[in-house]
Amino acid sequence: MISRPLVVQRVVWLVLAVLTLFTLAILIFILAFISARGARVITPEFLFSLPERMGKEGGILPTLIATIYIAVVAIVVATPFGVGTAVYLTEYTRESALTRIIRFGADALAGVPSIIFGLFGFILFVIRLKMGWSILAGGLTLAVMILPTIIRTSEEAIRAIPYQLREVSYSLGGTRSQTIMRVVLPNALPGILTGVILGLGRSVAETAAVIFTAGSSLRIPRTILDPGRTMAVHFYILAREGLSMERAYGTAFLLIVVILLINTVAYLLMFRLTRRLK
Amino acid sequence: MKEKLIEKGLLIVALSALGSLLLIALFIFIEGMPLIVKVGLKDFIASTHWAPTRGSFGILPMILGSLAVTLLALIFGGGLGLAGTMFLAEFAPRWSVRILKPLIELLAGIPSVVYGFMGVVVLVPWIRQTFGGPGFSVLAAGIILGIMILPTVIAISLDALNAVPLSYKEGSLALGATRWQTLYRVQFRAARSGIIASLILAMGRAVGETMAVIMVAGNALLIPTSPLAPVRTLTSNIALEMGYAAGDHQRALFATGVVLFVIIAVLNTIALLTMRERK
Repeated sequence: MISRPLVVQRVVWLVLAVLTLFTLAILIFILAFISARGARVITPEFLFSLPERMGKEGGILPTLIATIYIAVVAIVVATPFGVGTAVYLTEYTRESALTRIIRFGADALAGVPSIIFGLFGFILFVIRLKMGWSILAGGLTLAVMILPTIIRTSEEAIRAIPYQLREVSYSLGGTRSQTIMRVVLPNALPGILTGVILGLGRSVAETAAVIFTAGSSLRIPRTILDPGRTMAVHFYILAREGLSMERAYGTAFLLIVVILLINTVAYLLMFRLTRRLK
Repeated sequence: MKEKLIEKGLLIVALSALGSLLLIALFIFIEGMPLIVKVGLKDFIASTHWAPTRGSFGILPMILGSLAVTLLALIFGGGLGLAGTMFLAEFAPRWSVRILKPLIELLAGIPSVVYGFMGVVVLVPWIRQTFGGPGFSVLAAGIILGIMILPTVIAISLDALNAVPLSYKEGSLALGATRWQTLYRVQFRAARSGIIASLILAMGRAVGETMAVIMVAGNALLIPTSPLAPVRTLTSNIALEMGYAAGDHQRALFATGVVLFVIIAVLNTIALLTMRERK
């Protein structure tokens, strides 16, 4: 005779297991569904030729270039600010009202919806600063958006470094900035890279914040002031206007593969860092 | 001397996130507030008529639309997410947690346009065939958003559950409680504020999501009367019309942004305060 609470526990276990598997099934279904229809669309020709008839035919080369271009601008701008903030929070201050305010700012920024970033980037960069729809305006908007991610991961990485390492540097006569540049940052590098790579992933995946700042021109952007259409925006337009389902599946597949790769690399880097420090 | 300069410089850098936040608020308000003042706040948020090119600026249908899809997302994603959290925290074998957790985090990486697309090609036709109606609906948007908030719910509430001191659990088990009784009467209660915070943050994500909602919600300018009715949210309203709006019309979209910004600010502040309380 099993007691009633144990029977209840059995039932609960079963229900929770089924619901968790259901969550997992959704993920697997999405990946399988897109892969089954999109993988065969990916050919060198699709990747490296120009789109024709607004994307109905031809390839996606300009969107690949625009995506990389905008993501690079975003990362180059956001990384120094993000890492600098993390260094200030960990190496220069104790917990105080100031650090609480700085952290609140970063946390609150992380919660701002992407369409608001889009509005902001449009009015400040595109209109007021007269950049027009451009790689630069899109990249700067995304830089603001990914800043909290880089701050948080860098801060975690720097905090994970044992204090003894810093003491060794100080005891050898190193100044604070020397200690940071030669001891703290090199040791925290994998963690900082994780943040940067996660930021890259978000930049590639973003649509609402770039469509109103970088535009949707299908030409290959040459300078930083040219407009460009990213892969995610291209996919949105293909799907929404029903231009070509085949090419929409192909672009979706490529987007997912790129982002899975990016996130896996970030995850492995973080895993290596935490293991090494233990 | 040089060290002092570096410290000052870093302080300025460290204020970048906060500064950006203030700048965003400033520009959205500068662009949006004049129209809210001109129309009157009450008419803006309580009038049901939206015809911006003819001078009617009422966003009540969109406010109710956002509310409807968010509540549905919370029921669906919150329920499924908390179930997953409890399973991962207490019942799943260790080795499987190490695989399941990163997999669920992968859900967060999938672009929102892909979720929207899945909604269009799978969910919307299914709803149309099973329940009737156009398929593009509150229900479709709620389910897609529910899936999208799963990683937020699971990650934050799992952290909260894991932060409960082990001694609580041991004490309860030692008194003869089963693991399930311990989980929902002791651990869950101790982690309550973190779990609530995860749900509020998830609500913020659902209210703010744009592209996926545009693709599946149908975007009709009506107050939704049934889960099967098409609906337009605050975010969709902005994104749908930004492409061609000018003058007062454009300002009205920024004003919609002001309302959205205020809602998100309230939700996130509550969530951040709830989480801080825990520490």
